[in-house]
Amino acid sequence: MSRSLGPDRPLLIVVGLLLLFGVVVLYSAGQTDVPSFAAAGAWRRQIVWIMGGVVVAYAAFRVSPRLLEWAALPVYVIGLLLLALTLVIGGGAGTAASSKSWLYIGGHAIGQPAEFAKLATLLMLARHLSGRREAPETLRELLPACLIAGAPALLVLAQPDLGSALVFVGILFAMLFWTGVSPVLIVILASPVASLLLAFNAWAWAGWMVAVSILWWVGRLYFWEGVAVFGANFAMGAIALPLWRKLAPYQQNRLLTFLNPEVDPQKAGYHAIQSKVAIGSGGWFGNGYLQGPQKRLAFLPEQHTDFIFAVVGEELGFIGVLVALILFLTLMLILVRIARRATDPFSSLVTFGILGLLFTHVFENVGMTVNVMPITGIPLPFFSYGGSFLMATAVGVGICLRAAWDARLGGYVDV
Amino acid sequence: MKDFHATRLRERSGQARWILGVAFLILAAAFFRTQILQYDRYRLKAESNRLRPVPLQPARGTVYDRTGKVIAETVPGFSVALLAQSIDSLRQVLQRFSQVVPLDSSQVDKTINRFLEARYQPALVLGNATREQVARLEEHRYVLPGLVVQSEPRRIYPRGTAVAHLTGYVNEVTQTELDEGRYAGARLGSEVGRSGLELEYDDTLRGTPGMRYIEVDARGRLVREQGAAPPLPSVAGKNLRTTIDLDLQFYIDSIWPKGQAGAMVAMTPRGEIRALYSTPAYDPNDFIGGISATEWRRLNTDPTLPLLNRALQVKYPPGSPFKLATAAMALRRGLVDLHSHMPVSCNGGLQFGNRYFKCWQKRGHGSLDLIGAVAQSCDVYFYQLGLRVQLANMLADGVTMAFKDRTRVDLPNEVTPTWPASTAYYDERYGSRGWSNAVTLNLAIGQGENTQTLMNMVRFYAALASETGTSPIPYVVRPDTGKGFDLQLTRDQLNGLRTALVAVVEQGTAARSKTAEFKVAGKTGTAQNPHGDDHGWFIGFAPAEKPEIIIGAIFEFGKHGSVVAPYVVRAIRRYILGPDSLEGRRATRLNLPGDAPAPQREPEPPGAAPDTTAPPRVEARR
Repeated sequence: MSRSLGPDRPLLIVVGLLLLFGVVVLYSAGQTDVPSFAAAGAWRRQIVWIMGGVVVAYAAFRVSPRLLEWAALPVYVIGLLLLALTLVIGGGAGTAASSKSWLYIGGHAIGQPAEFAKLATLLMLARHLSGRREAPETLRELLPACLIAGAPALLVLAQPDLGSALVFVGILFAMLFWTGVSPVLIVILASPVASLLLAFNAWAWAGWMVAVSILWWVGRLYFWEGVAVFGANFAMGAIALPLWRKLAPYQQNRLLTFLNPEVDPQKAGYHAIQSKVAIGSGGWFGNGYLQGPQKRLAFLPEQHTDFIFAVVGEELGFIGVLVALILFLTLMLILVRIARRATDPFSSLVTFGILGLLFTHVFENVGMTVNVMPITGIPLPFFSYGGSFLMATAVGVGICLRAAWDARLGGYVDV
Repeated sequence: MKDFHATRLRERSGQARWILGVAFLILAAAFFRTQILQYDRYRLKAESNRLRPVPLQPARGTVYDRTGKVIAETVPGFSVALLAQSIDSLRQVLQRFSQVVPLDSSQVDKTINRFLEARYQPALVLGNATREQVARLEEHRYVLPGLVVQSEPRRIYPRGTAVAHLTGYVNEVTQTELDEGRYAGARLGSEVGRSGLELEYDDTLRGTPGMRYIEVDARGRLVREQGAAPPLPSVAGKNLRTTIDLDLQFYIDSIWPKGQAGAMVAMTPRGEIRALYSTPAYDPNDFIGGISATEWRRLNTDPTLPLLNRALQVKYPPGSPFKLATAAMALRRGLVDLHSHMPVSCNGGLQFGNRYFKCWQKRGHGSLDLIGAVAQSCDVYFYQLGLRVQLANMLADGVTMAFKDRTRVDLPNEVTPTWPASTAYYDERYGSRGWSNAVTLNLAIGQGENTQTLMNMVRFYAALASETGTSPIPYVVRPDTGKGFDLQLTRDQLNGLRTALVAVVEQGTAARSKTAEFKVAGKTGTAQNPHGDDHGWFIGFAPAEKPEIIIGAIFEFGKHGSVVAPYVVRAIRRYILGPDSLEGRRATRLNLPGDAPAPQREPEPPGAAPDTTAPPRVEARR
């Protein structure tokens, strides 16, 4: 074996670069003409968190996957309990002060349980899916996985935090795909969601129901399964409007302004418009590091957390954006490689689940800054300021490093 | 499990790479679209987010008199404006503002209106702030967010009331006027001419406004005043050289009797206006930076109508000065010569039909020739002269002598004189049987359906004073294109009339105004006024042999032209002799009112009276 033993160097390098890039941009996010105490010192606090993250990542690296597999169930249960507890005694913070996403103990905010639950859920999913002899082939066999991901998702949705709930869905689909569930089955699983969205136009919905019938045939579903899918689609279409009315007005507005930010440019559409303005005015090379006027003059909201990527766009231009996107893509391709080479299905699935988690965050967060995705408040990995998510990311990176280490120790041979 | 066999994993990781690649391509494409394809659009949005335009007003051109003395000029001043996010925050800041520099309620209202007209521009509070006010405001800047102090050119009229009706005044353009495009090139905040030269030559004087940019944050608070974006400098207006003799203008102002309403116009035979004075007047400096509401109300409701230019915008019955027109009509038609006598000599009146027309001189003038009749202003002579010319001819000749037209002087809002174009006017007005040839008698002595502006009468006398008997087109800066009229008199006839006008001043109705250094020709007039005392006229020119200056004046309710004559003669002396004229010693004697009694005439038909009650039409453009 010619390769020297050590941690997976490409992963370390890319993560290191991303963290460096993130802190550099976070520093700029604090440099404003309008005093912003939350953003000004964020970079310093973030460095402290990163140092903590290194410790956490190392600890996660040292934990055997077997131990993780064993601990998955209790961790998952603790995660669910924490989410439930948050709903009872939790509180909001920052711009989402009215939601209940933070856990307070003795008046101190000690973290966002949703971030912990994401990891717990993907461990539990990995344990469940790797424990099977074969990949689920019917909807009935998918049911446990859906419940494992659905329970925390619903608890998070109740906070309410639509963005994090989406992340659970992202993790679920990524892991089902990696387990080997057929794409047709995944589409069928997702079909009720499509029904929910398409129900707002009767013709689109009717067309979708025809498509579902075809999928029923292509997917060779059992009769009762087919009926269930059909019924679920029908039910979703029926409840879409009542459900819409039940959404909080700010959620409705966010979804509406995703379709057209100009409907409410001063309020709901403000973030979407200002973010695009900041990014669009960056051009090829940007306004220069620390020089973005939209950021400096506070036109750009949440520039150190949710909209930090707009700072990249405004100050470093399209080139800066490309560098960041390429770093993220590289990271994910490395994770694909680690998942493929993992010594056992559990490690492989956990790695791919972490990939799914990071991908959902990146795509949703980056996408919303240019109006490709609706605006939800989920952080951008390695960039957004925030301790809970950084810790979760650190644990994820540690687990992936361990999976890569184990694969190399096991003398992985590419076939 | 078989699904984690290496080959299956290879397959799936290939698919996963594809999915990731496509997803990141979508993101990259979205950024490409936003940052590269739509760059211009978002750049502009970003700039308009943070930059607020502040208009830079240009320096208005200086108005000079003919020797280069300043009539109106522009000096550095200060304007104070407030940048606000909402109307509520503006009100709060204005509240604090008025504790530093007191504001009245109309100033507050105006500021709020300006804010509503252009929310993204600083709303002007004080257009003409003093250095002390600026200093106090700067001290309190911390409680006045959005305070924008700007050095701004400021119009001043060194001796405003003396030239008010000549220069006019300037004032901020309104949104309505901008919408209607009435002032091309003006922008919100621009000062535009409202009357006089300021209005007539507004395009020349105004210049082009520039723009500078200040930087604000997301809450509309001022972050940077300088250097946020390159400014667009304003272009100063062009200067205006006029024909005015400012010394003469000021001299007229200084000798003018206090409280006397009226006007005086000085013109060269070529039509160059040397002075244009009308009183009561206003101070155009009061309009700078916005006139206060109370002051504006006072000007508009003042019964003496200070906004009215009495040289151009008021028509008076011309009275006796018009007799020269009757004489010119008879002479050019060859009906009389300078020494013709009329069949009926003056015994104090003339019986015409069933009416008796009096002469102003009750005891009568006896038999006079034309020169004597002009010198004595004998009404009886001119009644008969008018009858000899005949009404239709008189009306036609009056039209050719421009008594029906404006002078086309380059000043705005000149009113059109009243003069019937033909006898059809009378038919229409009184019915074909409702009037008699008696109107001819009235017209012949400058009464009846005939009202003229001072400017038009002075222009007629400029024709008399000219070498060839042609009238100029009066002007202050540039003459209107086209020609004046020709009296069609021979040189001898012109000289004869001038001799007669000299006799007016030497021995006639203005005998007390004669002057030693040169001969003054002129004609007094007393125009009947149904609203009160008669208006006094005097129009004269000098030196009589080779006239250099024609000066006419009207005193409203001045009772008789001989009251006016001394002032005109003093102005003529001042113009011809310069500051060394001995007017100081002669003033007391010249100031005496004429001893001629007020003439009595038939009352005029109503409606032909001077329309002094009409509101000033200062807003309209010619």
